[in-house]
Amino acid sequence: MSYQLLSVDKEGLATSPGLKERNYMGLSDCSSVDSSTIPNVDKKSSLNFKATELRLGLPESSQSPQRETDFGLLSPRTPDEKLLFPLLPCKDHASGNKRGYLAKSGSNNAPASKAQVVGWPPIRSYRKNTMASSTSKNTNEVGLGPLFVKVSMDGAPYLRKVDLRTYTCYQHLSSALEKMFSCFTLGQCGLHGAHGRERMSEVKLKDLLHGSEFVLTYEDKDGDWMLVGDVPWEIFTESCRKLKIMKGSDSIGLAPSAVEKSKNKD
Amino acid sequence: MDLRLPSKVLEHILSFVDSNEDRNSVSLVCKSWFETERRTRKRVIVRNCYAVTPEAVARRFPEMRSLTLKGKPHFADYNLVPDGWGGYAWPWIEAMAVKCPSLEELRLKRMVVTDECLEKIAASFKDFKVLVLTSCEGFSTDGLAAIAVACSNLRELELRECIVEDLGGDWLSYFPETLTSLVSLDFSCLDSEVKLSDLERLVSRSPNLKSLKLNRAVSLDALGSLLRLAPQLVELGTGSFSDKLDQEAVSKLSQAFSEMKELKSLSGLWDVLPEYIPLLYSVCPGLTSLNLSYATVQMPNLVELLTRCSNLQKLWVMDLIEDKGLEVVASSCKELRELRVFPSGAEGLNDTNVAMTEQGLVSVSEGCPNLESVLYFCVQFTNAAMITIARNRPNLKCFRLCVMEPFAPDHKTQKPLDEGFKAIVERCKDLQRLSVSGLLTDKAFEYIGTHGKKLRMLSIAFAGDSDLMLHHLLSGCESLNKLEIRDCPFGDTALLENAAKLETMRSLWMSSCCVSFGACKLLSQKMPKLNVEVIDEHPLETRPDSSPVERIYIYRTLAGPRLDMPEFVWTIQKNPEIGVSHLAIK
Repeated sequence: MSYQLLSVDKEGLATSPGLKERNYMGLSDCSSVDSSTIPNVDKKSSLNFKATELRLGLPESSQSPQRETDFGLLSPRTPDEKLLFPLLPCKDHASGNKRGYLAKSGSNNAPASKAQVVGWPPIRSYRKNTMASSTSKNTNEVGLGPLFVKVSMDGAPYLRKVDLRTYTCYQHLSSALEKMFSCFTLGQCGLHGAHGRERMSEVKLKDLLHGSEFVLTYEDKDGDWMLVGDVPWEIFTESCRKLKIMKGSDSIGLAPSAVEKSKNKD
Repeated sequence: MDLRLPSKVLEHILSFVDSNEDRNSVSLVCKSWFETERRTRKRVIVRNCYAVTPEAVARRFPEMRSLTLKGKPHFADYNLVPDGWGGYAWPWIEAMAVKCPSLEELRLKRMVVTDECLEKIAASFKDFKVLVLTSCEGFSTDGLAAIAVACSNLRELELRECIVEDLGGDWLSYFPETLTSLVSLDFSCLDSEVKLSDLERLVSRSPNLKSLKLNRAVSLDALGSLLRLAPQLVELGTGSFSDKLDQEAVSKLSQAFSEMKELKSLSGLWDVLPEYIPLLYSVCPGLTSLNLSYATVQMPNLVELLTRCSNLQKLWVMDLIEDKGLEVVASSCKELRELRVFPSGAEGLNDTNVAMTEQGLVSVSEGCPNLESVLYFCVQFTNAAMITIARNRPNLKCFRLCVMEPFAPDHKTQKPLDEGFKAIVERCKDLQRLSVSGLLTDKAFEYIGTHGKKLRMLSIAFAGDSDLMLHHLLSGCESLNKLEIRDCPFGDTALLENAAKLETMRSLWMSSCCVSFGACKLLSQKMPKLNVEVIDEHPLETRPDSSPVERIYIYRTLAGPRLDMPEFVWTIQKNPEIGVSHLAIK
């Protein structure tokens, strides 16, 4: 099936009896606008009706024979058979995965509805995730699960938790904790933006953590409190049960050489 | 003679005016009415968080106790808005903490809420009572712990379909023993198991608890003991409904359900096993709202349940209900007002062919005289069906039809679905919300423009032929407030011709259409009261005027261009090289 475009007037804009040009822009005539600012009608092919005849459907339609039409505008392959307007090079847009829908669904014989288009059908991600997890409910995840440990800090009103498996080394853990607890150490410093915040946390928290004010300690599986950084990372993750950011003065009982070590482990 | 109404008298009169729409009208009468109204408004709703600054809102409504905010555009629900676009709650919370410390209620939808936001709420609003987060993201269960521990007068904590970083279930244990004011708790979107004993204690010390929505991790056994502690519940969201229970446990659970005389709304029912459905029979006659959209239960098992729900007004199901099931609904649920049918087979999750066609909706339209709101996902539809539905139900207010295959024509005649939608807009004179799908030509939109005079929100995908489509809509739909379009072949001309219309609307979203960068620039220049955002993750190096933009989001605003735009959002006021701006994003 095909749909004739409405008649083309001399300015190259399709009009119909009921359609009035609205002059909101203070322009006398849309077509008199400099064609470099608005893509205008391709005047050379203006009256070639066959070329402008719009046909609808999917490119390379190997599907139902009734749908013989070709949605020319969205097809990346037929720049000549284009709508009269808008004349944008929609063919350049074919790289987007939304356009890619048509190319994909045409190229394999799978029914169109199973092609992967972003956001289609319009179902909330929450629902998709929930349904996905209900179908895979019975498949247990292979591999190690998360390793959550509580992190407390002197002066902070409540605990945080971190998954030690998401870190690969002490440095990684340390900077994550810096970010997490910076709001407590810096208090109402009137942070005003991502950059400002990072700079402040770099300057102040690092000093606090690596200076003598705060140290990072952990409780191991024997119930002893140790300074973080003494043992190799893998052994640490296995034995760490809790983390605590202590005031330097409270950590005096812990081995002083360990304090030196943790300072140097930057 | 002073003919003015004394402000005390006016204040008293206004205390009876609840609707914000009415209050907005009141505020336009004259300056003194504006003043009196603004000083007495307690409930403030801002439907686009970038339309106005938090400071302006706080200044205008000093007695604000309840604030509702919406952030991202609706299509963000379908992943069409890239991460990092915006919608941050922080600037609002920070401003209100200083200017409106008496704030009691915060309702946020589609916003980025961080743990810092939640901590700030907990620390700043001494009498905080209500937190409802819908489709929000950015926070973890640690943030919930902050709310739980600090808000001693908390009444409502509801997380509706949020994406939460779940670090475990012990956030619930932070509710102090002194908290007895809880009326509503919804943690259905969380994954981790909460400690049952803490939950039970919380429920037992909350005599006013009316609404409890559990997450999937709460077992069927646990449900039994919770129901015995809270038989007064009006709304219940169960956890998983699939553990194997022994006979005694089953009869105890059945007994618990039958004690729930006030129950009106039921949801959850994840993984519900068919043999447990009879447990629900005793509450069915009282139900006005039933959400089975996560219950992967086949049709025959639903029939008995539905025949008992004679007072049902709202039903959400999956297409597993099939046409036959909807026929049962049509004959049993005569009070039905809202029907939503969700696909079970989307994204290849369920490859079985479900027998759900247009016939199911036709049956419901025939049998349910109060039906006014429909969301219907299906594989195919016909013009004849829509014409019948329109004839049966001219009282429809919301009609959202999603034929899942783009460009699908009337499957009987192979014609476009233009005539079907024409019938809908022509007959349903009060239609406020419409979503179209299937094969549609410009004609469909000519009809919508001609007849959809009360239409406020319109969603379009993969449709139309040309700019005429957009032109019909923008020039015809007088009440149009929100228009969202994806993958349609038009752009510049209609947009520019109808630019003034955009100031009368809340917002316009267009993605994967044919809008050029040049048109965006021109629109921005001419319409300073609009924010014209070009959201392009892969812009061309040189960005010629003729290049098409990936997405354009246009909204009216009093706040001017926003300061928290990421790199991939361009507006005419912003130099693209600057990148992320320096507003606090917490």
